[in-house]
Amino acid sequence: MDSLTSLTDGFATALTPVNLLWAALGVLLGTAIGVLPGIGPAMAVALLLPVTYGLEPTGAFIMFAGIYYGAMFGGSTTSILLNTPGESAAVVAAMEGHPMAKAGRGAQALAAAAIGHFAGGMIGTMLLVVLAPTVAALAVDIGAPDYFALMVLAFIAVTSVLGSSRIRGVASLLIGLTLGLVGLDQLTGQQRLTFGSLQLADGVDVVIVAVGLFAIGEALWVAAHLRRTAGRPVPVGRPWLGREDLRRTWKPWLRGPFLGFPFGAIPAGGAEIPTFLSYVTEKRLSKHRDQFGKGAIEGVAGPESAASASAAGTLVSMLTLGLPTTAVAAVMLAAFQQYGIQPGPLLFEREPELVWGLIASLFVGMVLLLALNLPLAPVWAKLLRIPRPYLYAGILFFAAVGAYAVGGEALDLVVLLVVGLLGLGMRRYGLPVLPAVIGVILGPAAEQQLRRALQISDGSVTGLVNTPFAVAVYAVVLLLLGWQPLRKALARRRAGARAAESYDDIEGPTRR
Amino acid sequence: MTTDPKSWLKDRSELGVSALLLLLGVLVLTDALTLDVDVSARGPVGPATVPLLVGCGLLVVAVLLAVDVLHGGRGEAEGGEDVDLDAPADWRTVLLLVGVFLGFAVLIGPLGFPVSGALLFWGAAYALGSRHPARDPLIAAVLSLLTYGVFDRLLGVPLPGGPLMGVL
Repeated sequence: MDSLTSLTDGFATALTPVNLLWAALGVLLGTAIGVLPGIGPAMAVALLLPVTYGLEPTGAFIMFAGIYYGAMFGGSTTSILLNTPGESAAVVAAMEGHPMAKAGRGAQALAAAAIGHFAGGMIGTMLLVVLAPTVAALAVDIGAPDYFALMVLAFIAVTSVLGSSRIRGVASLLIGLTLGLVGLDQLTGQQRLTFGSLQLADGVDVVIVAVGLFAIGEALWVAAHLRRTAGRPVPVGRPWLGREDLRRTWKPWLRGPFLGFPFGAIPAGGAEIPTFLSYVTEKRLSKHRDQFGKGAIEGVAGPESAASASAAGTLVSMLTLGLPTTAVAAVMLAAFQQYGIQPGPLLFEREPELVWGLIASLFVGMVLLLALNLPLAPVWAKLLRIPRPYLYAGILFFAAVGAYAVGGEALDLVVLLVVGLLGLGMRRYGLPVLPAVIGVILGPAAEQQLRRALQISDGSVTGLVNTPFAVAVYAVVLLLLGWQPLRKALARRRAGARAAESYDDIEGPTRR
Repeated sequence: MTTDPKSWLKDRSELGVSALLLLLGVLVLTDALTLDVDVSARGPVGPATVPLLVGCGLLVVAVLLAVDVLHGGRGEAEGGEDVDLDAPADWRTVLLLVGVFLGFAVLIGPLGFPVSGALLFWGAAYALGSRHPARDPLIAAVLSLLTYGVFDRLLGVPLPGGPLMGVL
């Protein structure tokens, strides 16, 4: 096996003391961020983008991946003990985990979640090792029209699958594309939307947009609606599982990844859908169906395992195709751009050390996370008591550091604030933030590929669909566009059937 | 249904988003149309094509959004762990934070990062309701100095030290 040799080399990279340190730092930060309310993994990685100015790429990405996985682990702690999921992936964990915690079984819920994340992450990462080189090899000679098709897919997916309103998603995407247009045209050097300003000729830095939308926008939005009486976390002891609990959880742990991984890999799949699917599956298969809703441990184990596996799936499409399917992947893509590295099929050939070191570090990180989370969960839970003014002041503080580090200019701070106010407005009016970020990150690249493809075909639009790969991608795009009407029709039918059978199915995950 | 025009508008304040999108679209289109395309056009697709597409898209979305709002569609305000959507929005805090942040942007040059950063954290915590006369500034100072150390000295990301670092 070729990928096994590469993976061994990857472990050689990941196990160097420096990289181990970055992995440990990443999972520590990630767990803390996951536990802390109000900070998601995307915001965390965005806030840490400035370290890319001082760090070599392998270390930076090892740290980012640690944050991504760590935040998944930590997020379930908040869900279970506080019943307020921060990440959409952790919504399901709250449904069974919080009742368990209230019934005095919080320790078991935390253990089921932590081991579930470990199992899901391990299985997901193994699938990543097996699949990623294959996907990369298949896609290795894709050209401009194919890249453009992939980016169109990303745009469509992010606007039509996520969020409740497609029109607001498209509005957000267009705002992002507009921001991406600012600056000099890459091919002709003409100034676009610069209004004669020299500062704007460089374009709006992706770091500033990501930090502004994710961090400043979020902090200001929370400030406007700050809950004056914070929820009280349920006190909890050290996580452990009894024999009976183990008997009930091992199958859900193993089943979860096979739902999570594929959904993570497809555009805009993310973790929300597979965690919910896993929940429903476990409910169907459980012998303790009556406990669901009141604290069934299977309902924590399966979905949490699916959530971590979906993170691995996300990395497949991000690394092999340069296609970000979640907010974290989008910000990581921005980090790749900071280094001038283009993720895609060629990444595995050009940067084997980086890619395989990153993948190997995922295994290392998973072990570290399990060691950190099982015995230390009560310590992490203490983070839930942090005074909210400090938390959000800290977010503003680090966002300011990040934006200033971009170019050492105070004007960037003003731009950051303006983007942050934009993010505030978007949150107020239900415009999802992710499409805008994807628009800024992928917009300029998409334009370049479009113009290159049309240059080759001498302006004929057929130049965009002259490869089987591109045609296949556009077929998926059409499928996605048809998905929403289809889902609505299905939901209506199912609602009718449910009314007829009076079947006690659960409600969908909380809309957020 | 109320006929009071003020509350009618307040209920449909999302139309403002639509107006902004419209404005943005016009801006992008004007900019694209005034580009000097002929001189440097290389290939069939010049620098104006994509802006034209985006500009038209913005106009279309602005109209569709307005139609949606007039038909009763509403964007769902985003929830969150610390977000209480039932309480009325507290714009005073937001304004204070904006002020503190702008103050940081002005002061970072003359005062350097450690001092201005500490003021930023302290000011933001104060705006958000923290009132510890000793603990707040202490945390702010430690955080700011630590961050300066990590970024400027360890990671090699330069931050201005200001007069304070000149003394130390």
